[in-house]
Amino acid sequence: MPTKMREWSWGFLFIAYAIASSIAAERNPWTERISGSAGDVLEDDPVGKLKVYVYELPSKYNKKILQKDPRCLSHMFAAEIYMHRFLLASPVRTLNPEEADWFYTPTYATCDLTPTGLPLPFKSPRMVRSAVQLISSSWPYWNRTEGADHFFVVPHDFGPCFHYQEEKAIERGILPILQRATLVQTFGQRNHVCLNEGSITIPPYAPPQKMQARKIPLDTPRSIFVYFRGLFYDVNNDPEGGYYARGARAAVWENFKNNPLFDISTEHPTTYYEDMQRAVFSDDIVLPFADAIPWEEIGVFVAEEDVPKLDTILTSIPPEVILRKQRLLANPSMKRAMLFPQPALPGDAFHQILNGLARKLPHQKSIYLKPGEKILNWTAGPVGDLKPW
Amino acid sequence: MKLSALHQSYLSRRSNSFRSSGPLDSSSDTGYKSPAAVFWLILHGLCCLISLVLGFRFSRLVFFFLFSTSSSNLYTPPFRSAVELAKTLDVQSVLSSSPFANNLRLPLPNKTATNSRVVVGRHGIRIRPWPHPDPVEVIKAHQILERVQKEQRLQFGVKDPRAIIAVTPTYVRTFQALHLTGVMHSLMVVPYDLIWIVVEAGGVSNETASLIAKSGLKTIHLGFNQRMPNSWDERHKLESKMRLHALRIVREKKLDGIVMFADDSNMHSMELFDEIQNVKWFGAVSVGILATSANIDKSSDQEEEENPIMPIQGPACNASSMLAGWHTFNTLPFAGKSAVNIDDRLTVLPRKLEWSGFVLNSRLLWKSGEDKPEWIKDIDKLDGDVESPLGLITEPLMVEPLGSCGRQVLLWWLRVEARADSKFPPRWIIDPPLDVTIPSKRTPWPDAPPELPTKEKPETGIQESIVKHTTKTRTSRSKHRSKRKHETRTDTGFDKSF
Repeated sequence: MPTKMREWSWGFLFIAYAIASSIAAERNPWTERISGSAGDVLEDDPVGKLKVYVYELPSKYNKKILQKDPRCLSHMFAAEIYMHRFLLASPVRTLNPEEADWFYTPTYATCDLTPTGLPLPFKSPRMVRSAVQLISSSWPYWNRTEGADHFFVVPHDFGPCFHYQEEKAIERGILPILQRATLVQTFGQRNHVCLNEGSITIPPYAPPQKMQARKIPLDTPRSIFVYFRGLFYDVNNDPEGGYYARGARAAVWENFKNNPLFDISTEHPTTYYEDMQRAVFSDDIVLPFADAIPWEEIGVFVAEEDVPKLDTILTSIPPEVILRKQRLLANPSMKRAMLFPQPALPGDAFHQILNGLARKLPHQKSIYLKPGEKILNWTAGPVGDLKPW
Repeated sequence: MKLSALHQSYLSRRSNSFRSSGPLDSSSDTGYKSPAAVFWLILHGLCCLISLVLGFRFSRLVFFFLFSTSSSNLYTPPFRSAVELAKTLDVQSVLSSSPFANNLRLPLPNKTATNSRVVVGRHGIRIRPWPHPDPVEVIKAHQILERVQKEQRLQFGVKDPRAIIAVTPTYVRTFQALHLTGVMHSLMVVPYDLIWIVVEAGGVSNETASLIAKSGLKTIHLGFNQRMPNSWDERHKLESKMRLHALRIVREKKLDGIVMFADDSNMHSMELFDEIQNVKWFGAVSVGILATSANIDKSSDQEEEENPIMPIQGPACNASSMLAGWHTFNTLPFAGKSAVNIDDRLTVLPRKLEWSGFVLNSRLLWKSGEDKPEWIKDIDKLDGDVESPLGLITEPLMVEPLGSCGRQVLLWWLRVEARADSKFPPRWIIDPPLDVTIPSKRTPWPDAPPELPTKEKPETGIQESIVKHTTKTRTSRSKHRSKRKHETRTDTGFDKSF
C-alpha cells in the first residue's frame, strides 16, 4: 500500500545554492560548527558510553523475512535492517546482558512489501507483540522494567502506531506494549500520539551510493533557486490532494509550477545538490536528531498556511543569513549524520542513534519495577493485534 | 474510464458510507434512523449520482460556493460542529478510485492532542489568486543567486585571478555584427577583469566602434591600415599581422594579464576563461574545428555511415601528462575542395595551428623581463609572417597544455562569411523605417516556419520537420498536457474537482 504520511521527511524543499566545503580532509574555514540543544555532540563517540545487548531471536523475525523479500534492503525504511547489522558488529555490543544498558530486539516489522514495493503495516503489531512475548518469557530483563530500558527501531510511517493512514494510526495509538520503551523512528511530529517524549527521530534511509552518484560537483555555479523532487499528489490514495502531505505539496505544485525559479518537476531524475538550503513546511515537525542539530538555524521553516507565499518568504531572506546557513550545512559532520553508510563510519546516523541513547543514560531508578508490579496492559489494543503471529 | 471507476467506488463504498454515518448519528440518537439521518442519506445518494453523471466531484464546488468566505482562501477550517461534520461527510464521500485504500475520513477531533495546530483529515490546497512569479521577487532571487555564486567562486574559483586581455581582429562586413556580438556577449559574462583589444582592418570605423561600445568593457580599438583581402590565405596572413600589432600595443602599454585570442567568429565556453587562469607563461588549449562543408551530399559515403568526429587542434600529451606534440587539422580529405576565396561555397579550412588555441602571459611581451624566460622572441624583431604563436617562441616544448592536457575542448573554431559583395544596412539599423510591408503569397524560401505559433498542426510535409525542430518546447508542452490532464484544468482557478 502506498505510504501517505511522508511530509515530515520529504517536506524538504531544496534550494540549490552553492557554497560547499572542500572534500579535502583538512578543516575548511568556510564551515561553522554545529551545536544543538544538547551541545556540540555530533562528533561524540558512543563507544564506552553505553552497552547494548542484542536479543537472539529466531530467524523468522528477521533473517527469514529478509530472505523472502530482499527489496527491503533498499527502501526508505531499511534503517531497521542496517541498524541490526551495525549493532551486531559494533563495539558497543555486549554478549553479557547483565552489564547492558540498553536492549535491542531485532524485528524487521516493515519488511512486508506489496508488489510495487510499498510496505504493509498490518502484520507488524502482531509480530512485535510476539517478539516481546518471546523475550519476556525467555529473559528476565523485559519484566524487570517492562521495556523501559529496551529500544526498538520502528521507521515506518507514524512509527509505533503501525499504520500509514493518519486517522487509523491515531486511533491505534502507540502499540501498548511499547509504551515504556524508547522508540527510534522516522516520524516526528510534536504533540502527536505517535511520538513519545524521549523518542529518537532519525532520517529515512537513502542508499549512499545513489546519493554519491547523483551529486553535482561543488564548483558548478548553482543557478536554481528552488529545487524539489518528490511526489506532489499521491495518485493512488488521494488523487485530488488534501490528504497527502496535508495538501502542502499540492499547494507548492499549484502555486509554483509556472515559476521559472522553481525546479519542481517530477519527471526529471533527482540530482543531489550537496549544499542546498532546506526549507521545511510542516507544522510542528520534529526533524532528525533534533537535540543534536539546530535545525532552526540551518533550515528555513515555513508555516503550512504560508506556502503560497513561499517565493516572497525565500527572496526576503537576507543574503548573509543564507550564507551562514550554507556554512552550517557545509559542515561535514552534518552530512555524515544523515547517512547510513555500510560499513559504518564515525559520525554517521548509526552513531548518532547510539549517542542519543547514551544521552538518556543513566536510567532512573524508577523504571525498575518492584516484584509483582505490573504497568503494561497486555490485552490492550485492537482485537486483531492479539492473534499470535 | 473515470466514470466506471467512480461507479465501482460508489458501489464498494456504499456499505462503508452507511457504516460511517452510523457513529456520527449515534451522537444524536442510537439504533434507528432519525429523519435527519434519512435526509442526509438521500442527499448523499443524490450527490453521488450527480457526481457519477458529471464525472467529477461537483459537491466540492457546492461546498466551495456555500462555505468559502474569500475566493483566495480555499482552506476548509477544522470541522468542529456536528452539522458541518455530517454535511461534509455525506457530501464528500465519493472518493478515489483505488480499490485498496479505505479512504474514509473520520475526523476525530477528540483524539488529536490538544496543543497541536495540526488537524487530522483533509486539508484544502491553498492557491493564491495569481500563482505567477512576481518580477521584483525574481530580481531579488537572481541577486541572491549572484551573491551565492560569488561566494562559490571565492571558495572554489581561482585564487588571485589575473586580468584577461582578449585580442580580436575584425573588419566591417555583413556578418561582423553577428560574430562580434557573440564574442562580445561571451566576454561580458567573464567574471574576471577584462581588456578587449579590437584590431580593425581598414582603419577604425564607426560601425565597429558602435558595436563594441555596447559592451561596457574596457576596449582598445585599433585601426590597421590595410583592407581585408578576399582570399582566405591572405586573410589569415593579415589577421596574424593584426594580432602582432595588438601584441605590440600590449607591450607598449605594459598591460598585465593573460593574453588570449578571441577571433570574432569563434565560440568560447566560460570554462575556458577559468582554465586559462592556470597558465604560467605560455599555454595551449584544444580547439574544436567546425569546418562545415557546404556540399554535404558530395562528401564521401563513409562519412554518412559513421559519426563524423569533430577534429580538434591542440596539445597532445604522452602518458606522463607532458607535452609530446600537437594534434592538427588533417587537410588531406579536403585537398582541392577547400574554399579559396571568401565567396566560395566550399569548406573553409583552418591553418595548421590556430592562434585562438594559445594563451600567453602578457609579461612575456614586456621589454624589461623580470623573470622572463629566454625562449620568447622579441616581438619588435619579428617582421615576417608568424603563422602561429609557436613562431613567437624558440622552444615549442615549453608550452603548457591546459584543459586536463588538452582533453577538454574549451572553444570552437568556425569561419562563415557572406559574399564579399553582399550589402547590409549600416549599423544594421533600418532608417528611415520601411513604409509598407505586404505579406507575400508565396514565399521564396521553402523552409519558412508556419505562420502563427499557436497553431500546432504542421501545414505541409516539408514544414513538419521544421515544426518539430523549431517548436521543441511546444511539443513538450503538449506532451505535458496529455500526461497531466488534470493539471491544466487548474487554470480555471478552482480547486481540484475530479
